[in-house]
This record gives sequence, structure tokens and C-alpha cells, in this order.
Amino acid sequence: MSTILVQERAIVVPGEALAEGMDYLPGDNTYREQERIYSKVLGLVSLSGRVLKITPLAGPYIPKIDDKIIAKVTDITMSGWRVDTATAYSAMLNVKDASSRFIKKEEDLSQILAIGDYLVVGIINVTSQNLIDVTMRAPGLHKIEGGRIIEINCQKVPRVIGKQGSMISLLKEKTGCDITVGQNGLVWIKGSTPEQERRVESAIRLIELKSHLEGLTEKVEKFLSEVQ
Amino acid sequence: MVYRKRLDGRKIDELRPVEAKVGVVSNADGSASFRIGKTWAIAAVYGPREIFPRFLQNPKRGILRCHYSMMPFSGSGERIRPGSNRRAQEISLVIQKSLEPVVDLSAFPNAVVDIFVELPQTDAGTRCAAISAASMALAVAGIPMKDLVSSVAVGKVDDKVVVDLDYMEEHIEEFNPESAAASVADIPVAMIHNTKEVTLLQMDGKVSKEDLIYALELAKKGIEQVYATQVKALKAYFPSE
Repeated sequence: MSTILVQERAIVVPGEALAEGMDYLPGDNTYREQERIYSKVLGLVSLSGRVLKITPLAGPYIPKIDDKIIAKVTDITMSGWRVDTATAYSAMLNVKDASSRFIKKEEDLSQILAIGDYLVVGIINVTSQNLIDVTMRAPGLHKIEGGRIIEINCQKVPRVIGKQGSMISLLKEKTGCDITVGQNGLVWIKGSTPEQERRVESAIRLIELKSHLEGLTEKVEKFLSEVQ
Repeated sequence: MVYRKRLDGRKIDELRPVEAKVGVVSNADGSASFRIGKTWAIAAVYGPREIFPRFLQNPKRGILRCHYSMMPFSGSGERIRPGSNRRAQEISLVIQKSLEPVVDLSAFPNAVVDIFVELPQTDAGTRCAAISAASMALAVAGIPMKDLVSSVAVGKVDDKVVVDLDYMEEHIEEFNPESAAASVADIPVAMIHNTKEVTLLQMDGKVSKEDLIYALELAKKGIEQVYATQVKALKAYFPSE
């Protein structure tokens, strides 16, 4: 006889028992110890079928293949650029992945991407030691020019994007800004005026603060119509 | 020559008032404040991040690094010289060792999670307050951990086994003329909540085997109360409206 000890969407702390019995399975951020399943992080409970998992409320970004992230060039090497990914691990951008055009051997790489430039890049490979390779050769990946970059809690990225991009399209539509959200929690906002960029930023801060609550899109819509 | 009544009027198994709050340092990845009586610890967690110096890197898992520090005017006596000293280094180490069994940094090879604990005010039991605060701060930072660690000090003042000694009790011979020749034992204890595994056990003074066993039973009860405070604070950080 298995029983579940917590409610769906309840906030649990690390070490809190979630279920008893072998009928439930431990999913993301949980672990089993004998008969019981426990939480491994501070987060919200979600149950899909027999699998219990916890959606963390905060936490580090874990690089995954095919993620789109925003990174900053920190160094230039023989074969490409080293970029900072806002995690504990830097990534390599190889010359052949940097541009669709052919880059000659003797070319000055700093003319193409300089130290300090921000880029929208895609992750193409992650090793067990978290060595990361990134690329700029895919649609939507480019060097960032203008606008501003803000840092958010990377666990809130799905909420800033919304279901099928509903939240981000709302933000774009209401403010006319161009917004790119990196999975690592960096967000690039470019608008026609700094005021519009500020509006997006405060809306994103609101999402971050209220992301664990229901009816988030309505709250943000109300906020954007109030703050002009 | 017996310690009849505690100097601040508490029962022998009664903690000082405990208060916890999380998210107190906005620039940290996770933070918490923990107060027990006049003792006040603030913990801030940063990371996982790149570790310097490089030779400390562990390619198998991330490492935990602690820094404990009492603020200059935190004590009741003389000004405390800021910065690290032998005592602070030891306490930093025992805090790290007491938290290591619960945190799981296997997903972060070559990285470090830094914990900084500052004590704006101290009245004995600082390492326990520091551990309780650090454990909450780690949870807020979203570091994977199998449980929370809670900590409290127990001890023996004259002939009584008591929980959560304050500074006056630790120095009873100065503050209570009746106990001029009294001996004091101070035993900080930290435990993992579910398994009741002890992750910190130190002692200063002398105590008999029977008293130690009894003291640890008292510690278990006190720790339960600290744990309840920690959980309440963590859950209150995300209000339902």
C-alpha cells in the first residue's frame, strides 16, 4: 500500500518525505531510501503518473546539449574563443563554429569577436566533466549588439518563456522590445528606448518573484498595462 | 554547590528563542539568518563557481568551502580582531565537515560552493547557529542535498545537564558566585534530520559517560525544534500569495 505524503504543488525542503511505498518512482531531484522517496532540493512537488519530481525554486544552471544560452567572450585562443557561460564552467567556441563564412588561418580573431562581446550561442557538446562546446552556426545565434543584459534565476527561465512562448510573446507585444532568453539565466533585451527596456526588466523581475503562483500571465499583463 | 536555576531562568531543556529567515543577502545565490537568543549568524552561499587556486580542484566532485567570521563588535568583551584566526579556521573546518555528508556536488566537478558565515552578535553557540544558517542558505541556493542539518549545543553546568548554553553559563564561575569552583562542559552537536546521524560532536570540559548519553538525548529534542524553525523559514520564503 503506497501513500503520497505531500500535495501537488506544495513547497518541500530537502530531506522531506514525499511518498511511502514502492508504487511511486523517484524522478528529478528526488531519491529513494528504502520504502520512502525524499526531496533533494527546495522546490515544488509535481506528480506525473507514478513519477514524483521536484521543480527547484532556485539552483545552478546545468548545461545541456541544444540549449540556447547567452555567453560572454573572455579569451581568444589558437582555435577559437573561450566564453563565460555564467556557470562554474566556461565554454569553447571553435573558429569553424563561429561563422558560416570561411575564416582564414591568418585572420585576426579579435576582429570577428572581441573580448567582452556577448553572444547568443547553442550548446553542441557537454562532457561528464562539464567541458562545453558551443556554436553560432544555427538560426537565431548571433553576436549581441546594443540593448541590455540582465541576469535571472535560471530555474525561472521556463516561466519567463511561458507555455509555447506565451509569456515572452506577451512581453514582446506589449513593449515592442526584442527579447532573447538564454537557458543559463541571462536575458538580452533590446528596445527602441531605454524606458521600454526597463519595463521589460521590471516585468521579468515580477515573473521571477511570483513564478510559483498560478495565473502568472494575467498578473504580468495587468502589470504591463499599469506601468507605461 | 549545585546549579539550581539557570541564570536566565530557562528550563534545563529549553532553547533560547530561535528565529530564522532566508534570503537576507540579495547578492548571494542563497542566504539565511539564524538567531538563537543573542547569538546571530548570517550565512551566504555562492556557487557552484570556478575554484581558485586551481590546485584545490577535485575532478570527481565539487567541493564545499566554508568561512566563519565573528564581526569586530559581536562579542560582549573586547573588540574582536577582524579576519581569520586559529579558532575561526577550526570552526570553518568543522562547519564544512558537518555539512559535507548531506550536499551532493557530484554534478559539479572542479567547482566550488562557498559558504560565508558572519556573526554580527555572539553569545555562545556560534558554530551551531552557523551550521543551522548555512544549511538553510544551501537549500535556498538550490544546491542538491539529501537533508537539512540542524545544530544545537548541550552541556553540563556544575551538576546539571542543560541545553543551549549561553556565554554566562559557559563562564559560570565568573557570573555566579555560588558556582565559583564549578566545572562546565560544552558539547556542540549537529545532526542530519532524517537519519539522526551526528555530523558534529565536539566537547570542551569534562563529562561522564551517562551524562553524555543523556545530553545527546536532550540535543536530539533541541535539534528537532531548530529543524522545525528552519523548515518554517524555508517555506515562508515562497508565500502562497
